Amino acid sequence: MKFAVIVFPGSNCDMDLYYAIKDGVNEQVELVSYKETSLDGFDGILIPGGFSYGDYLRSGAIASHAPIINEVKRLAELGKPVLGICNGFQILTEIGLLPGTLTNNRQNRFICEDVQLIVENNQTQFTSEYELNEQITVPIAHGEGRYYCDDETLQMLKDNHQIVFKYTHDVNGSIEEIAGITNKQKNVLGMMPHPERAIETILGSDDGLKLFQSMVKKQKDEVQL
Amino acid sequence: MIEPTPKQVQEEKIYRSWGLSDSEYELISEKILGRLPNYTETGLFSVMWSEHCSYKNSKKVLRKLPNDSSRVLAGPGEDAGIIDIGDNQAVVFKAESHNHPSAVEPYQGAATGVGGIIRDIFSMGATPIALLNSLKFGPIDNDQTKHLVKEVVAGIGGYGNCIGIPTIGGEIAFEKCYEKNPLVNAMCIGLLDNTQFKHGQASGNDNLIVYVGAKTGRDGIHGATFASDEFSNKKKKQRSAVQVGNPFMEKLLMDACVEIIHEHSEWILGVQDMGAAGLVSSTAEMASKADSGLMLNLDNVPQRETNMSAYEMMLSESQERMVLCIKPEFKKQVLGFFESYNLDAVVIGKVTSDKQYRIYHNDELVVDIPVDSLVEDVPEYDHQGIMPERIIESKEQYIPEMESFRDTWLSVLSSPTIASKAYLYQTYDAQVKSNTVVKPGSDAGVVRIRGTRKAITSTNDSNSRYVYVDPYIGGQITVLEAARNIVSSGGIPVGITDCLNYGNPEDPEIFWELERSVQGIADVCRKFDVPVISGNVSLYNEFNKEAIYPSPMIGMVGLIENIDHITTSCFKNSGDLIYVLGSTSSDFNGSEIQNLQLGKVEGALNDIDLDIEKKNQNLILSAIKQGLLKSCHDLSEGGLAVALSESAFENKLGFNIQTNISTVEMFSETQSRYLITVDSKNKNQIESLFGNNFECLGFVTNDSIFTVKARDGELDLELNEALNSWKEAIPCLMK
Amino acid sequence: MLLAKVYVTLKDSVVDVQGETIKDATHSMGYKNVLDVRMGKYFEIKFDKRTDDFENDIDSICDDLLANPNIESYRYEIVEDN
Repeated sequence: MKFAVIVFPGSNCDMDLYYAIKDGVNEQVELVSYKETSLDGFDGILIPGGFSYGDYLRSGAIASHAPIINEVKRLAELGKPVLGICNGFQILTEIGLLPGTLTNNRQNRFICEDVQLIVENNQTQFTSEYELNEQITVPIAHGEGRYYCDDETLQMLKDNHQIVFKYTHDVNGSIEEIAGITNKQKNVLGMMPHPERAIETILGSDDGLKLFQSMVKKQKDEVQL
Repeated sequence: MIEPTPKQVQEEKIYRSWGLSDSEYELISEKILGRLPNYTETGLFSVMWSEHCSYKNSKKVLRKLPNDSSRVLAGPGEDAGIIDIGDNQAVVFKAESHNHPSAVEPYQGAATGVGGIIRDIFSMGATPIALLNSLKFGPIDNDQTKHLVKEVVAGIGGYGNCIGIPTIGGEIAFEKCYEKNPLVNAMCIGLLDNTQFKHGQASGNDNLIVYVGAKTGRDGIHGATFASDEFSNKKKKQRSAVQVGNPFMEKLLMDACVEIIHEHSEWILGVQDMGAAGLVSSTAEMASKADSGLMLNLDNVPQRETNMSAYEMMLSESQERMVLCIKPEFKKQVLGFFESYNLDAVVIGKVTSDKQYRIYHNDELVVDIPVDSLVEDVPEYDHQGIMPERIIESKEQYIPEMESFRDTWLSVLSSPTIASKAYLYQTYDAQVKSNTVVKPGSDAGVVRIRGTRKAITSTNDSNSRYVYVDPYIGGQITVLEAARNIVSSGGIPVGITDCLNYGNPEDPEIFWELERSVQGIADVCRKFDVPVISGNVSLYNEFNKEAIYPSPMIGMVGLIENIDHITTSCFKNSGDLIYVLGSTSSDFNGSEIQNLQLGKVEGALNDIDLDIEKKNQNLILSAIKQGLLKSCHDLSEGGLAVALSESAFENKLGFNIQTNISTVEMFSETQSRYLITVDSKNKNQIESLFGNNFECLGFVTNDSIFTVKARDGELDLELNEALNSWKEAIPCLMK
Repeated sequence: MLLAKVYVTLKDSVVDVQGETIKDATHSMGYKNVLDVRMGKYFEIKFDKRTDDFENDIDSICDDLLANPNIESYRYEIVEDN
């Protein structure tokens, strides 16, 4: 399986994701510049964390106008898996691939710590290797990670089982402790916690590994069919 | 504005307000130039001859510090020092103070401090891998200090988090003397994969000088002079010197510089950060090091504001700018390379062979002086120290009151110096890059080097109370404590960077503190063969003539040869045996408990036996290598009581100990001690390794209770109660 | 009721790092005619009635709270708000 890690000016978790794929699940991975206009030949798109364009104006706002974005949208429409982590999640909401928005943490400061997540839906291509309601340890590192959406959207997320990860307690003021959601088709996942930082026990946890393994498994199963 | 004529500069003594003395001005006009310097030239001399750039008041003292070892590839003089870690890899590191800017504008002052130190690292071609910081404030008992703490911490996090370098450690202390003059020291460590590093040199006739990065504005003019000045109520005007950091641009600049040095080293001869004293300092130093001259045309400098004078452009401290010296045949490639990163890059001058520093502005020659006069001809001052009256030479120790063992234990844990700083350091991204093995909160932070078995451990340490009561021994302890933190983590100390924060050196008592404490630092560095490879001096830390405590900060780096040796301070399993290595006596002068009970510190410190210190460090390292230690924690402020509690908190384990140490001595701060835990099956092995000079205190429990039977008293304390005192103290004060 | 509309912007001498990045973004979106972007903050403060110290109060609020006098300046306009 061949992954693309999209690099915007100011992305800073691009290499973390690169190694998560290369060393964590031993698949092919390439860094792709925001200036590119084609993602032909890639089976999965990864949008890394960081501070694209310094988070100036609004996090993700300026990145959403980068040349690569149309191609990301096109592949998402084709049903290819798209994963946005942290700033990647913020970009996915800015470009409308995911509903809702990420705003300032309730504490109004940046928080870096290990948190506990609950796997709310293990029937997605990102979570099939987890047990339902499995509790996992994954770090967060964000200042604008408080998920917000209106009641109607929230109901829709629930009805379609789009809420994939929840925090076990209120870490940043997110509505219903939401940590990660998919689109309706379940091929686009955005999450604030960093699974790519949790793929080796020496760094504190390897609970994030199953997320990437799930993505690879789905693709391999499809190829076999 | 019409610039004053050279005659006016002389007659109106304008140079004085920029920090040049009459005798310095005379030296420049009579001996060096043989004419009156013009306004711009006077400005260049005043910043280049400031303490911040020239170390004219501290050079003599700094020479005491050893700066060589078998591992040193470059010492002081470069943007940062370099230490060989084997396998063709090296680490580059430096710490720098940003005290004065942070006092004026805390968020931007702290942020640009971090930005500046990162540039010092990547200008050497190294990839920054970790940040640390040492912060000192007044007591958190008023809104102004709370604001300062909040903004400084936010500024540090804002810059480091955005650029994507993990902050892996540091320290925060609170003391009355820092109320109006906080200390903000930041350190950066970089990794060089190829030890063929670039010097910051501008050599070779006709080679080009290229300016890269942010545009030049009027920000921060005279920042370097300002850093060499005292504060007082009257000087609010200095606010014009505020610079604003742009971590986003610095990220582009960092990636571009590291790439160009790695991939296209044939294009470039030198890279230098434009830090304090901006364009003049960076270019003059580059030329002087290469024994060259330089010609600059300021009309080519990218400018953010209009009608800037030569003086303003040369002295501006606009952030996120670099200077490169390149070969002319690669001009097109270099400029195109930076353009691909959306960075401004322009040729602003060239190297000459006549050792003159010439600057053109609006087609006029506005500066024409020998390069070396800016860098080499600075007069050096030899101050005489006088021992301050407060220094007590008798080593008689303070004896703490002990009404309640339990209350004392809890109040020490909740004292701001001891209490958990997680509320503050949690706002720093400690894990970005996915290499951080030990995060802030243990004795030292650890980052592994991907693709190898090696790891780098680092700590920032200072104990200004000890240095205040006894500068020589206090200076020794500062280095020793840093070394114990490195050793506890499984590392061998390989080098030091320092920030020497003191008051006005022209005050003989302050000079005495500086001289004695640096002597203490130097003596320990020699004994332990740990070189000081970089650093900076921040003097004039005073407010209305009240100086801060003498506050040398030691940033130490250690090499962990095998990631299996990485050790943390927290208890791991119930049943593990708890030992203290090193003997405990009554060491209470300058201690946390003395400060808590008297509201001040006083009295001389006991001499330290450096042979025992060295022996214990070696014992710990050898125990770690043999895989015997489950945890290791250095004993420092608050003594055994604090070390035991801190080790218990993370995994919420209790302990049960019985000891000959008295209740008071549980808070003693005797040096050269470690708290360790060992699997009970390794009891004989550890005891025969240690030989003597250790005590088996008891064992780790899983009942979440601290049980202590000391010689003259007992304690039964719920872990949660202790944890709350320790954990909630800072958040509570910050509310 | 009275409404004070307060605009806080960076002083001209202070680099506006966000504004510059936004300007670059407008250029890459094709709006080459954009010369400069300065970013600021906008506040609406409602007051019950005009008092003697009214404008002094607004100045103090701006100086001590809304603007960082080290790097920012402010201006305001007052309108009737009924």
